[in-house]
Amino acid sequence: MISIRDVHKSYGTVEVLSGCSTEVKKGEVIVVCGPSGSGKSTLIKCVNGLEPIQSGEIVVDGISVAARRTNLPKLRARVGMVFQHFDLFPHLKVIDNLTLAQRKVLGRREEEARARAFSLLDRVGLREHAHKHPGELSGGQQQRVAIARSLALDPICMLFDEPTSALDPEMINEVLDVMVALARDGMTMIVVTHEMGFARRVAHRIVFMDRGKIVEDAPTADFFAAPKTDRARQFLSKILQH
Amino acid sequence: MGPLDFHVFLQPVPTGETTYLGWLLQGLRTTVLLSACAWAVALVLGSLLGVFRTVPSRALRAIAGAYVEVFRNVPLLVQLFIWYFVVPEIVPGGERFKQIDPWLQQFLASMFCLGLFTAARVCEQVRAGIESLARGQRNAALALGLTLPQTYRHVLLPMAGRIIVPPLTSETLNVFKNSAVCSTIGLLELTAQGRQLVDYTARAYESFLAVTVLYLLLNAAVLLIMRKVEARTRVPGYLGSGR
Repeated sequence: MISIRDVHKSYGTVEVLSGCSTEVKKGEVIVVCGPSGSGKSTLIKCVNGLEPIQSGEIVVDGISVAARRTNLPKLRARVGMVFQHFDLFPHLKVIDNLTLAQRKVLGRREEEARARAFSLLDRVGLREHAHKHPGELSGGQQQRVAIARSLALDPICMLFDEPTSALDPEMINEVLDVMVALARDGMTMIVVTHEMGFARRVAHRIVFMDRGKIVEDAPTADFFAAPKTDRARQFLSKILQH
Repeated sequence: MGPLDFHVFLQPVPTGETTYLGWLLQGLRTTVLLSACAWAVALVLGSLLGVFRTVPSRALRAIAGAYVEVFRNVPLLVQLFIWYFVVPEIVPGGERFKQIDPWLQQFLASMFCLGLFTAARVCEQVRAGIESLARGQRNAALALGLTLPQTYRHVLLPMAGRIIVPPLTSETLNVFKNSAVCSTIGLLELTAQGRQLVDYTARAYESFLAVTVLYLLLNAAVLLIMRKVEARTRVPGYLGSGR
């Protein structure tokens, strides 16, 4: 469903992605991990065209992201994305955060959009907060709203950019629970995260990045049991020490 | 200086159709009308230019940047003289402009001058407001499939607008105060009426005391209105802390 082929990207003279390639099949959950600055976030921002690429190709559901004729807004509406800092729209109530894009991008009618929004708020356990503003919610609640906001557009796949990194430890699980449920429902997902417990439980494959390169791309069990590269071994030993 | 005598305001003016107080109030009315119109021009144009300064297009950013530099760096008084004395001579249709009612000529020149001058300042506030929003806001909106204009319309501008209410309040006060400059081209606004009063009555202290009080009352009213705007647009739970 998503294919990333030999993608290169640089900011000025600094190359942040050098020749990344991988494939994500329908219903697959991929966890992208690696040290900070390795290009994980940049890579998934390229998938929905938030970051332009200099060479290579990214194809989502048969559509080339970087092609000039591609209608990016239309493509992005089909690719959900959840950010590290939630980025809910602070001036809109929770319910309006969920209906804005449904109405403006998909052209749904108000009642239809609200019905979809409420069913998703039920799913993430926040229906009673529908009429609050994002600033009145905890970080964990905000991130669940952000996930619901993406799902409201009925995306064909979801991108998660360190969705729990900005959360207090006690709120991480409520967000991961929603993501696990989503994965179990068969959603195609690319997740950038350091949550190795989550990776073990739901990821089909682990993509390990270092300095702009994908250095390892392996089934989850293999990756944790026997990482092939020294760099990945080193990373795992540090992150799993405690 | 003799004792202050405020009875002068109740005396009829030489032409007899009103009192000196009536002149001051007419001046006040012109000041309010002029400032309100100029503020409307500044708000619309300034918001548009402020948006231009933050879009990806280099050409639009350059246009807005040049506008700000020109209008911010030429003295307001010089700009007023250019609008009133020079522009009608050089633009097509200037001849017809010079045939309309002189009051309207003065008013329109003043309105455009103040409005365009203030637009440069509003532009910078709007730009700062948009830039103070978390960069993630733009990405979040785009990631949902909103187009760039929709992102500005529904996400960036509503929040930036709220953030810049306090600095815009001081710009509003500036418009009212700067409008006094327009007395130099003969527009009979509050300051000009005050000077006229001195000419006719030789009561300088009383006249400018009255003018001062009227400006203070006017700006107190502006402050009150802007406080209401601020309270009404406050977002629950939002502390305005940009990430």
